[in-house]
Amino acid sequence: MTKLSLFTFALLATFAAVQAADTPVQTANADGYTIILKDRAWSPVDLVVPAGQKVKITVKNLNDKPAEFESATLNREKVVTQHGEITVFVGPLDAGHYSYVNDFDRTTTGTITAK
Amino acid sequence: MLAALLLVFRESLEAALVITVILAATRGVTKRGHYMMAGIGIGAAGAGVLAIFTGALSHSLGGVGAELFNAAVLLLAVGLLSWHVIWMGSHGKEMARETKQLGHDITLGIKPLSALAIVSATTVLREGSEIVLFMQGLLASADHSAPLFIGGILGLLCAVGVGMVMYFGMARIPLGKLFAATNVLMMLIAAGMAGKAANYLVAAGWLPEFGNRIWDTSRIISNDSWIGKALSAFMGYSATPTGIQILFFTGTIAALVLMARTYAETVPRTASQA
Repeated sequence: MTKLSLFTFALLATFAAVQAADTPVQTANADGYTIILKDRAWSPVDLVVPAGQKVKITVKNLNDKPAEFESATLNREKVVTQHGEITVFVGPLDAGHYSYVNDFDRTTTGTITAK
Repeated sequence: MLAALLLVFRESLEAALVITVILAATRGVTKRGHYMMAGIGIGAAGAGVLAIFTGALSHSLGGVGAELFNAAVLLLAVGLLSWHVIWMGSHGKEMARETKQLGHDITLGIKPLSALAIVSATTVLREGSEIVLFMQGLLASADHSAPLFIGGILGLLCAVGVGMVMYFGMARIPLGKLFAATNVLMMLIAAGMAGKAANYLVAAGWLPEFGNRIWDTSRIISNDSWIGKALSAFMGYSATPTGIQILFFTGTIAALVLMARTYAETVPRTASQA
């Protein structure tokens, strides 16, 4: 058990050190960007964000049922309750296209393009 | 009905595979059934509660409450699996020997069984809450709820079926080697969970990403393929892994191998320690 505690402690110490070293990155747009889910469509269906910067994206779900914003390429997945909204931080991204879906209705897809 | 079947199958597959490995690792242990059922039950009940508070959780801690919660639950499982892997490193051979000699079930301490039951509970909790939310959404917008329930139950049964096929496949491994095999699998599962936890901490802004796609193997094994899903359960596979995810994965493996070795050497194997 002592070794496990040591391991846990080392892990936590690493977190703390890394967090302290991690200087805050300025977001490109203070309010960030918004993606809205209505019925079976995202809008904008292709969101353009700046590459190389941390970006704040608000995802709103206007439907009567929960959805899940999921992007394998961005390594993000997060449930958005009905008539709710969530915040997702992504980046800094390399230039390119990143697709995402509503995991609860996988034909509803969209992309985020980093330029 | 098909949508419900597929989603429930997809979401419950990971938990089913993890639980299968745990069941294989505790073959021949008395009362393991009770512990595992309790773990699954607690996980399922927790999933229902979590589903209710999903919205509140998302908005807590500056909008990253859900990410931090997921990371914490994953790291708890990593810690417990790690402890078990190290524990088995010094007791596994002895357990196998005892099972063979006595020819009947052996008793395992309350700690290892509880640890594994909690790991089962955490995997059920994480995926279960999504199933609850999804089903709730489908039921709210459907005229007939019966086909949805049937679809959901069939999806769950499919996942359990895959787990059973794997369990009986693993049951053919001789006991002496089984614990070594399940120990390697548990190590991989723990490392994969650590990598996923790292990604949640990145999403919460607690850790730097160190590159958002170190490589891209989505053309060979995509995340959405069944192989990709299974590999995700067993070792946290992602076709486009982040740098920090790879660091956490390899770091966990290295730490576990090192600790299992040190611990196995320092603890004398006496029969009384089982």
